Amino acid sequence: MTWPHKDLLDVSQLSRADAVEILRAAKSFQEINSRPVKKVPILKGKSVILFFAEPSTRTKTSFDVAGKRLSADTFSLQKSGSSLVKGESLKDTVLTLQAMKPDAIVMRHNMSGAAQFIAERLECAVINAGDGWHAHPTQALLDAFTLTERWGDVQGKTVLILGDIAHSRVARSNVRLLTLLGAKVRLCAPKTLLPYAVSNWNVPVFSDLDEAVRGVDAIMCLRLQLERQQAGLLPDVREYSRRFCMTIPRLSKAAKHAVVLHPGPINRGWEIASDLADAHESLILDQVASGVDVRMALLHLYLTRKERKE
Amino acid sequence: MSQADLVVRSAALADNPQASVDLFVAKGRVLALVPTGSRPLPESAKSVDASGLLLLPGLTDVHVHLREPGQEWKETIATGLAAAAKGGFVNVMCMANTDPVNDQASITETMLDKAARSHPKGPRLFPVGALTVGLEGKTLAPMEELKAAGCKAFSNDGRPVADTELFRRALEYASDLGIPVIDHCEDPHLAPASGINEGVVSARLGLRGHPCAGEAIQVARDCLLAEYLGVPIHLAHISSKMSVDVIRQAKAKGAPVTAETCPHYLILTDEACETYDTNAKVNPPLRTREDQRALLAALEDGTIDALATDHAPHAAHEKETPFDEAPNGISGLETALSVTWGLVARGELSAKALVSAWCVRPAEIFALPLNRFQEGDPADFILFDPAARWTVTAQSLVSKGKNTPLLGRELTGLVKSVYVAGKNTLLTRESS
Ligand SMILES: [Zn+2]
Repeated sequence: MTWPHKDLLDVSQLSRADAVEILRAAKSFQEINSRPVKKVPILKGKSVILFFAEPSTRTKTSFDVAGKRLSADTFSLQKSGSSLVKGESLKDTVLTLQAMKPDAIVMRHNMSGAAQFIAERLECAVINAGDGWHAHPTQALLDAFTLTERWGDVQGKTVLILGDIAHSRVARSNVRLLTLLGAKVRLCAPKTLLPYAVSNWNVPVFSDLDEAVRGVDAIMCLRLQLERQQAGLLPDVREYSRRFCMTIPRLSKAAKHAVVLHPGPINRGWEIASDLADAHESLILDQVASGVDVRMALLHLYLTRKERKE
Repeated sequence: MSQADLVVRSAALADNPQASVDLFVAKGRVLALVPTGSRPLPESAKSVDASGLLLLPGLTDVHVHLREPGQEWKETIATGLAAAAKGGFVNVMCMANTDPVNDQASITETMLDKAARSHPKGPRLFPVGALTVGLEGKTLAPMEELKAAGCKAFSNDGRPVADTELFRRALEYASDLGIPVIDHCEDPHLAPASGINEGVVSARLGLRGHPCAGEAIQVARDCLLAEYLGVPIHLAHISSKMSVDVIRQAKAKGAPVTAETCPHYLILTDEACETYDTNAKVNPPLRTREDQRALLAALEDGTIDALATDHAPHAAHEKETPFDEAPNGISGLETALSVTWGLVARGELSAKALVSAWCVRPAEIFALPLNRFQEGDPADFILFDPAARWTVTAQSLVSKGKNTPLLGRELTGLVKSVYVAGKNTLLTRESS
């Protein structure tokens, strides 16, 4: 299969077949990750710049591990150590990076649209590792991979996304991808944490968690950020967790064998009860493992795209 | 009666294109507007053949940002007025949010001096003075001094006054001087100036949106104050149906409010931001189809009195950033008439409403020179080719601001010449 996309900006660029191909490829890399020597030479000589203008430990480490296991050279650049803090524009920063001829730039940025902005200006592949509130395609793909691993297929399953939808790129990308793959998605959040135009997303929206959780196959909890309370969107964390914290008793109302996901880092007791986070229904650590598999698949697809064409 | 020194022959009137007319001008003033051929041409007069062209009174733009002093890399008074002339404008009111702010006579005088030197034949510049010192919303600006220096209105545009008590006092003080106040309506607590409408598109793009209620709430505040105090307020760049509904109610009750909207709200929606196009980032933001329809209806029935460009030039590198970082604003002087004429051509707006909104009402509201083609009126008029086609490109614009979401779009209708007090000020265009 020749890979048709130069960049991965969001899952909305992907066809269903593309998404299935990524998940299939992830499965083949999963095998490598279970070997005693977890390294293959398929991206030897390729260089990948990890440009994280917003702090992130797990996504960056995951890409770094994925790249190194494929023998690519990875270089990290953080905002604190970059000239962005010295007032250089994003355009100039990425043009500078491009001049070093990387094969791909993986970028995390706090502004929505930043990945598209640089992709329009660069020749190398751009992989969006999260931009503002807009998109987090690799997270959505690893979530879908985790669920596929558990269920065989997400088709026909119901997934509840719970928490701060309005400010969540994870939620936006997951709504798109899970729907594309044939799952039913529903949302649950206080109205203050929902986008104003959420009715146009064509998914059911709940404000009562006990009702929302009824019969679902998976609950994807989102991280609650303290800024939301400071911005006046919530009374306090205690009230939030009374209404929206996912707990083992609440899980009993979901479908049998229902599972719980969380993109991390988790706030134990806020959005997910501590005992549930550690329970066997929790896929949180499976997600981390899937992250490496999926990102290896993505680096492979996007970095060998041109060679495949020929 | 003096002898005509200029005759424009065989023009069509914008709102009555069947009738062919001759315009007689003497010493910068209108002498007569008569059916073609009904009056002999004086031998000494300069004669201009305007067949195939439309004759309109010169346009007045009551809301532009010229960036000088302080941000001359975006625009200068000279380049801004050149752009205005190219757009068909004879009167231009420039906002006070320069650096330093236009809150004292010396700044106003400098602006007027620059205008007189770069554009001695017009377009005429009428500065808008700051309503509060430094636009900080804390202390009233010295309005009498600013009026004496030549300011025709006061406004805190760019940084609307949040303190309603102070705003009320500013209105009262300005009304003593007989000078209108222009308000940029934006509830400071509800509406971050995010440059995109809160709605389907902002939700999809993951951008914080600006709710139309954030405009309408402030419009309601202003309408109630105007009614309560009996003092006029002019509402700037109205963008939403919700605001239109409030203004219509207020006018029905007799509140002395007037309002303007801008061409971009009439032809674009928030879908123009779909690709994070920062050239479509403007404050207030582009709204929805429904808002567009409401604004057109309001222009037609006079609820919205005037059109204005809110010309807001920015340098290319300032707009070449992620959406959240880009400054708000569209460069609008040169596309304004073509865009709105397009609405007339498509039957979405009457030519009568267009002439009223661009030429008549803005001059009336701010007591600026106004040409109704009556004897003695200033001979401010334009000749407009309604059939000419042109493509908006960075090179086609004389403004330093190339920031318009219309780049690459073909427009119909072109200003051929602009006369201010009987003198053609638009001599730069080769085709004329
Ligand atoms: Zn404004």
